[in-house]
Amino acid sequence: MSARNIGDVILKVDNIDLSFGVMKVLDNISFDVRQGEIRSIIGPNGAGKSSLLNVINGFYHPQQGTITFKGNTRKHMAPHVAASQGIARTFQNIALFKGMSTLDNIMTGRNLKMKTNLFWQALHIGPARAEELENREAAERIIDFLDIQAIRKKPVGKLPYGLQKRVELGRALAAEPELLLLDEPMAGMNSEEKEDMCRFIIDVNDEFGTTITLIEHDMGVVMDLSDRVLVLDYGKQLADGIPDEVRNNQSVIDAYLGVPHE
Amino acid sequence: MEQDTILDTFPRLLQSHVKLRPAQDAMREKELGIWQSWTWAEAAVEIRALACGLASLGLKRGDKLAIIGDNRPRLYWAMTAAQALGAIPVPLYQDAVADEMAYVLDDADVKIALAENQEQVDKLLEIQSRCPALEHIIYDDTRGLGFYQQDFLHEFEQVQRAGIEFDQQHVDFYDTEVAAGHGGEIAIMLYTSGTTGKPKGVILSNDNVIITARNGIIREGLSAQEEVLAYLPMAWVGDNLFSYAQSYVAGFCVSCPESATTVASDLREIGPTYYFAPPSVYENMLTQVMIRMEDAAASKRKMFDFFMRHARRVGVRILNGESVSLKDSLLYKLGNILVYGPLKDVLGLSRTRLAYTAGEAIGPDIFDFYRSLGINIKQLYGQTECMVFICVQPDGEVYADTVGTPAIDVDIKIDDSGEILYRSPGVFQAYHKNPESTASTKTADGWVRTGDAGFFDDVTGHLKIIDRAKDVGKLTDGTLFAPKYIENKLKFFSFIKEAVVFGNDRDFSTAFINIDLDAVGNWAERRNISYSGYIDLAAQPEVCELIKQCVDKVNQDISRDTRLANSQIRRFLILHKELDADDGELTRTRKVRRSFVGERFDVLVEALYSDQPQCHIETEVTFEDGRTGLLAADVGIFNAEVFSASSPARGAAA
Repeated sequence: MSARNIGDVILKVDNIDLSFGVMKVLDNISFDVRQGEIRSIIGPNGAGKSSLLNVINGFYHPQQGTITFKGNTRKHMAPHVAASQGIARTFQNIALFKGMSTLDNIMTGRNLKMKTNLFWQALHIGPARAEELENREAAERIIDFLDIQAIRKKPVGKLPYGLQKRVELGRALAAEPELLLLDEPMAGMNSEEKEDMCRFIIDVNDEFGTTITLIEHDMGVVMDLSDRVLVLDYGKQLADGIPDEVRNNQSVIDAYLGVPHE
Repeated sequence: MEQDTILDTFPRLLQSHVKLRPAQDAMREKELGIWQSWTWAEAAVEIRALACGLASLGLKRGDKLAIIGDNRPRLYWAMTAAQALGAIPVPLYQDAVADEMAYVLDDADVKIALAENQEQVDKLLEIQSRCPALEHIIYDDTRGLGFYQQDFLHEFEQVQRAGIEFDQQHVDFYDTEVAAGHGGEIAIMLYTSGTTGKPKGVILSNDNVIITARNGIIREGLSAQEEVLAYLPMAWVGDNLFSYAQSYVAGFCVSCPESATTVASDLREIGPTYYFAPPSVYENMLTQVMIRMEDAAASKRKMFDFFMRHARRVGVRILNGESVSLKDSLLYKLGNILVYGPLKDVLGLSRTRLAYTAGEAIGPDIFDFYRSLGINIKQLYGQTECMVFICVQPDGEVYADTVGTPAIDVDIKIDDSGEILYRSPGVFQAYHKNPESTASTKTADGWVRTGDAGFFDDVTGHLKIIDRAKDVGKLTDGTLFAPKYIENKLKFFSFIKEAVVFGNDRDFSTAFINIDLDAVGNWAERRNISYSGYIDLAAQPEVCELIKQCVDKVNQDISRDTRLANSQIRRFLILHKELDADDGELTRTRKVRRSFVGERFDVLVEALYSDQPQCHIETEVTFEDGRTGLLAADVGIFNAEVFSASSPARGAAA
């Protein structure tokens, strides 16, 4: 059924080293992400998965190595530059504005798309008005897409966890990213919520052609969703390949079954 | 100018509205957070394009078009489009699992299916091999369907574009087809939910539907200015009457909610003047209000309690147009400003002139609550087999325990066994491919057996329904046993969601109870009782005691009627799972299938008729995605208090 187009490499990470003091978090990591694919990063707790995402979106600055996104090679980049280049993300611990409504949270994701200045926006006339309408429509399309119409005006702090995760995905989507980084989008969900979230991830990838890199612990989910899987363990790259290869890789099996480290 | 034709088909009614009120809204739908609307003229253009598109796919007079999805303008237009071609729309329940759908599609020989979205398309693809007559599938929402390559799959707009082209090539086609239709032709086929056995396709002619719809409009004085929200399943006869047929006859606008989860807020935005809801919806609304009031500030709660007490005292009388004292009248007006008005606004019923309820008995408390607020809610009694209307309560003569007087042109008689029979212009043509059922339901001289037992009340002259005729049985001591009568009394408690009562040919009555997770959950939270989910909550000793009190009250109530006193509930249990349509325990319209439940949980039934204090059971359950799992629980069984007949005081049994 799937006739997806996997394109050229959009993100390339070369020989990344990241340390906090003597603590080596990422040790010589290299991998790439191709346009339109769903790329997963797995590994036990403390393997360096979230750190790797933080490196990609410019929050952490690696001591060694380069990151090439859409042909631009760089070593350091501020998160807002990453965002303006088309990288959006969600967080392991939900980072929404709890007192704001679902709609407003998603509208904040449109922030980079808004060009008019504070003066016009405060008066809500002229170009600012047109811009607001345009962005509101984009936000509404996301609400429709994620099927969260019923909570449009509810403050997100009062929503159940699974829905908050969905709103967070919505806010990331609002930036119309080319590369979407999802940090444990299904953590703490029950199987029904997980299934819904999988559906949304596949739909985002299908409908918008968004490239997705995600961290996840549920192996069933990872193996079903991903085109390719990168495995980390204690900051080291353990394996990289299509799900079947990774599943049968002895060192991956060892890491997950808890063979002691010498 | 062409001559005015008789308005005996839906496409002709449509044409008449295009002439009479072209710029008035015919349909509305909330999309992307904004209400979009289509006038009668715009709707006619959409329908014509779709009809021609369907014709270009090969839909001909007498063919069947299945319509599967939530209430959407495009799905309603598909009904008229099919009717314009002389084809027969067959709406299906959108939440039916693939197997149930396969039965109906195959039984109806559906040629083309219109599905709302990917969910429905996937179901259709799964069962396609079992429906040989199905040639094409059309879908409305394209999301997730981009990679589907099958050439029998068509996008809605693509079909309309093909239709516009077809229309240009065959200029007279549409008008000729519409002209060929007539009142005696089949308008629609509706499948009954099947409380017993497989669903049956009820064939209704244009005359059946249109004349019945018009009679309803005349009786209640409805106009083209009504506002209606279409939120009940399109496959259900009531939706077809209220949101489609009556809209086409009267010319009023029908609005479709944004999604099934936003109905409450959409209801409030639309503010329907004419509203239908099954008793469970009214019950739910009331439960929500009460839960929220308990959380409100003390001052507000006091004000609410004070004015609701006043409304209960005089509200119904004011609504019925009876005279009350000046003081009461003024106090009610003040209450209207402070409590009733805002409350009606929150419920979305502030403009409601006429609200109907039917399908199940409604609790007198719930019924009076709405009436005392000044909402003219009335009960009606109807069936798919006659396009709903059999009896309606007349304005000013509304009682909680009757269903009113016969609707216009309806004759009613009650046979020796107590079964209700009727005759009306809405009486269906036949059951599809089922002459035996047709013959056993419709008598030779046109009377239809309802299967319900009832009688005309001596005092009011209104019809009263007790139970399904075949369900009324006897206990071994000969006492009349009307299970639904007892179940309804149990369900009138907000803590009890469903009840199933057994007792036919037994020594005494027993009951399965489903607690209401919202109401009991809230009650438990207030008492610091922690629970993890339904099963856990249902097994809490405090909850069991709470339910026992409800059962005791029902027993006391029943004991007042000497004919029924012996059918008081001696033993009951709280079921470990919620009864669910996916497991076949309820019908899609949420009616309990008593015998099915009895067989499925036969271990529990036997335990009720023994002295066991509890019983272990393992049950297979179906999840929403169709997978099954096993549920194990120890269910406690309790003895209820029994009261001696006709004495209001406590009986000997304790």
